[in-house]
Amino acid sequence: MRMREAISLVLAALALAFAAPSAIADDTPDPVAEAKAFQKYFTTKFPKLKPEDFVNGPYSMNEDLHRQWEEKEQFPPYEFSLEAGKEMFATPFKNGKTYGDCFPDKGIGIRQNYPYFDEKEGKVVTLELALNRCREANGEAPFSYVKDEMASLTAYMAFTSRGKPFDIKIPNDPRALEAYQKGKEYFYTRRGQLNFSCATCHIQEPGERIRAEVLAPALGILNAMPIYRSEWSGMGTISRRFTTCNSQIRGVPLNPQDEEYRDLEYYLSYVSNGLPISGPGARP
Amino acid sequence: MKITMRNTILIAVLLIISAAPAFAASEADFTAAYAAAEAANKEAAGLRNQWTTTAATLAAAKKAAESGDFDQAVAQSREAEALAKASIFQATSEKQRWKDLEIR
Repeated sequence: MRMREAISLVLAALALAFAAPSAIADDTPDPVAEAKAFQKYFTTKFPKLKPEDFVNGPYSMNEDLHRQWEEKEQFPPYEFSLEAGKEMFATPFKNGKTYGDCFPDKGIGIRQNYPYFDEKEGKVVTLELALNRCREANGEAPFSYVKDEMASLTAYMAFTSRGKPFDIKIPNDPRALEAYQKGKEYFYTRRGQLNFSCATCHIQEPGERIRAEVLAPALGILNAMPIYRSEWSGMGTISRRFTTCNSQIRGVPLNPQDEEYRDLEYYLSYVSNGLPISGPGARP
Repeated sequence: MKITMRNTILIAVLLIISAAPAFAASEADFTAAYAAAEAANKEAAGLRNQWTTTAATLAAAKKAAESGDFDQAVAQSREAEALAKASIFQATSEKQRWKDLEIR
């Protein structure tokens, strides 16, 4: 009897030893394969669209809207913000330094590399965060993350990267993979009283209407940021987009640039790798 | 006859009881109900999943209490607690359920 118990225990231990690694392996993300599957989902769902069309959001989903957009682009509503951003970017801080001094290539044509995973800090750094850190490092007060000056600065930086494909890297660091995974989890997690996740609208229903609006596909959704939204009567950053999405589904938004939002931006940008930057954009 | 008389009295008593207004909520009832709702909402905050409607209902409860309407204040507090508990349930169940929708 004792012998039989001992054998059972050994067998159980062996089963656990073999089962445990495979369970861990199942949960280990494979960003390359996942991004490929993500893009394939959209190109299969919308076979008429070229991959680069997805960066035009709802305008790529509806012919009437697309025509409106083409006309709008002749006198784009983000133009004032873009001009202001260009001027701000070139204006030195009180200490004589400029934004360009904080970034590689003087900050020109680098938007496609943000957000990146900072291995020293062990966290994701977004462009908005890097801009405010630059200001603070040079003795200036940080800007609001959601609109106005921050939108103008990111509009200009995006403009200098137009056409360049998103090139987000996940370094060989388990913390980077964890940030990617957490961003993915945030994207798919239902929240708010309406019980919506980001994916509910932007994976399940792109091209469909929610009230009067046509929902944008998740693929390429950040490529056009920042955007001028007619609904906002002004410009908004990625931070603004995330926080308003949360409140629209009756969830209390987190603070702009909280870790969850940074991870979400990292994930969403990574799965759009290869698609061109088209910001600043305009949306209904 | 006796039985009929007893029944009549019993019915009369029941009628009086049912016609009397329900016991009004006190400030202490509100304080307890509000504290329970706030505690649940705090737990939701720890899970990073508060709902805007919980905050709005808590505010409505407080407003009703300030105007002396403790019945309404208690009702709103209980509603807020139910909302907060629903948000906790959502956050907890989504820890695994988010994977159902993932594109693989």
